[in-house]
Amino acid sequence: MLRRTVETHEPQAETVAGMAVPAWRLIMFVLGIIVLATIPFVLKNFFIFQITLALIYAIAILGLSLLTGFNGQFSLGHSAFYAIGAYTAAIMMDGFDINYVWTLPAAALVCFVFGFLFGLPALRLEGVYLALATFALAIAIPQVLKSSLVEHWTGGVQGISIIKPDAPFGLPLNSDQWLYVFTVLVAIVMYICAHNLVRSRTGRALIAIRDQPIAASAMGINVSLYKSLTFGVSALYTGVAGALGAIAISFVAPDSFTFQLAVALFVGLVVGGAASISGTLFGGLFVLFVPNIAETFSKGLAGAVYGVILLLVIYLMPTGAAGLVRLITGKLVRQGR
Amino acid sequence: MELFLHQVLAGLATGGIYACMALAVVMIYQAIDHLNFAQGEMAMFSTFIAWQLIQWGFPYWLAFGATIAISFAAGVAIERIVLKPLHNAPVLSHVVAFIALLAILNSAAGFIWDYTIKSFPSPFGAGPLFEQGLMSRHDAGMIGVTLLMLVLLYLFFRHTRIGLAMRAAAANPESARLAGIRVGWMTALGWGMAAAIGSVAGMLIAPVVFLEPNMMLSILLYGFAGAVVGGLTSPGGAVIGGFLVGIIENLAGTYIPVVGREMKLSIALCIIVAVLCVKPSGLFGRPVVTRV
Repeated sequence: MLRRTVETHEPQAETVAGMAVPAWRLIMFVLGIIVLATIPFVLKNFFIFQITLALIYAIAILGLSLLTGFNGQFSLGHSAFYAIGAYTAAIMMDGFDINYVWTLPAAALVCFVFGFLFGLPALRLEGVYLALATFALAIAIPQVLKSSLVEHWTGGVQGISIIKPDAPFGLPLNSDQWLYVFTVLVAIVMYICAHNLVRSRTGRALIAIRDQPIAASAMGINVSLYKSLTFGVSALYTGVAGALGAIAISFVAPDSFTFQLAVALFVGLVVGGAASISGTLFGGLFVLFVPNIAETFSKGLAGAVYGVILLLVIYLMPTGAAGLVRLITGKLVRQGR
Repeated sequence: MELFLHQVLAGLATGGIYACMALAVVMIYQAIDHLNFAQGEMAMFSTFIAWQLIQWGFPYWLAFGATIAISFAAGVAIERIVLKPLHNAPVLSHVVAFIALLAILNSAAGFIWDYTIKSFPSPFGAGPLFEQGLMSRHDAGMIGVTLLMLVLLYLFFRHTRIGLAMRAAAANPESARLAGIRVGWMTALGWGMAAAIGSVAGMLIAPVVFLEPNMMLSILLYGFAGAVVGGLTSPGGAVIGGFLVGIIENLAGTYIPVVGREMKLSIALCIIVAVLCVKPSGLFGRPVVTRV
């Protein structure tokens, strides 16, 4: 910290290769949008579908990032919120014939309330204890979905099939392409909201609670309220992702939302970089593609290959992809001086 | 009343399994301050090693001892090779490393010994302990061994120099290092001991649940639950917690009509979360006090 104040004594923008860092960010952002926009026209349908799924996972991981990365609350149970979002969408579309677009705000609302309520008892728990409580949630949800109490709504073990929506307004896109476009639009809105949230006064409060809870409450931050609200918002993000996932796969069943999903989201969060918004995109890609890559090496040992890849990633980037990028830009900035 | 007694005894028997696992969980928690998600798979792998040794014609107790020794060495090796390079990485990275270990061990066991279910011999015999048949001899033996391990651990941590050094290294690494304790090796030793205890737990559990690569997934969960209910800082509490979880699970499955067999796990976990909300450091754990 000290060195930094000395360096910035004379106001001087951080530059990489003669251009300011914010300018680079803008360029990367525009490039990203261009890549996203060309994908549906150059790739095969199956690959488009996969990218859609990766984006959906990225949104779910973004939710987890707000909770774990920015607010410091552990969760190994986000598969539960994903499942609740997915089932909200599926039940609305299948049982009530509601347009898929309206299922997203509904899933968001349901998951926010659910997450907020779960966040209240979670206030008493920290670290491993919170991890265990959320873990319990992840284990319980598939069993609850299967149970005879709610079978009428959830379809029990069989789950619910829904119909894949077609492109509206007569757009010349097939349903995979349209779903991709729809997911990208939702993702952009969600990412902008998350970005603004983290940069706001509220976001600084969240980070303060993560780093110094006691100091934060001394500064007048209502720690309990913020923590449970963060749980709610985090669940909201993951729930919207779940609803999108249900629409994209056009099927929900209890066994798609097991503890493995929660672990996958958690892994995605860490390899992307815990407190990083753009890192979650890397996390989404990792969660979707690395298990498949592992399988191409060896069918029988796929799990082992996956584990080894995971270990290597952790060794090479202990603070995730975002941490690595930060390290490299930091080096380049210093070289530019 | 008879049904109740029967269910409590059955709960004690399954609780013995969880208590074993909870003990291993607490051991490693003492050494490294984290819950180790790969613990169950480590125990499973050790049990496969024991099974292989018995298949090769080793007598049971020789295989038992050899497996403990191999597991201890493997535990130390895992710490030295996999986790030491991550020494300065954030906690989240550690958890991911555990998940990676879990995936590797599970997949490797499936690859080497395939996924068919294997039976594992019991050293205590399978018959009932008393004539009423409420508890089998193996269950009783398992509980006995768990309690014996608990006593041995207590003696080790209280009355040996190295036990004291391990506690010091876990409680306050900086000061322990200044006092001349090699903290890194104490952590490795903790891993070794946890792996050894896990292997004992695995070998005792395997006759009941049968041997296959996924045998430990739900047992580890109950083990965690037991450890957390009892208090992660207290080995004795963890054992009692394990028994409690077993009994609660059985009683909930019997007496709460909607629960049935398939929702037992959820109910047990809900009760645990409830306990934690009232007493966050577990029933027997010390509350953690941090200096501001």
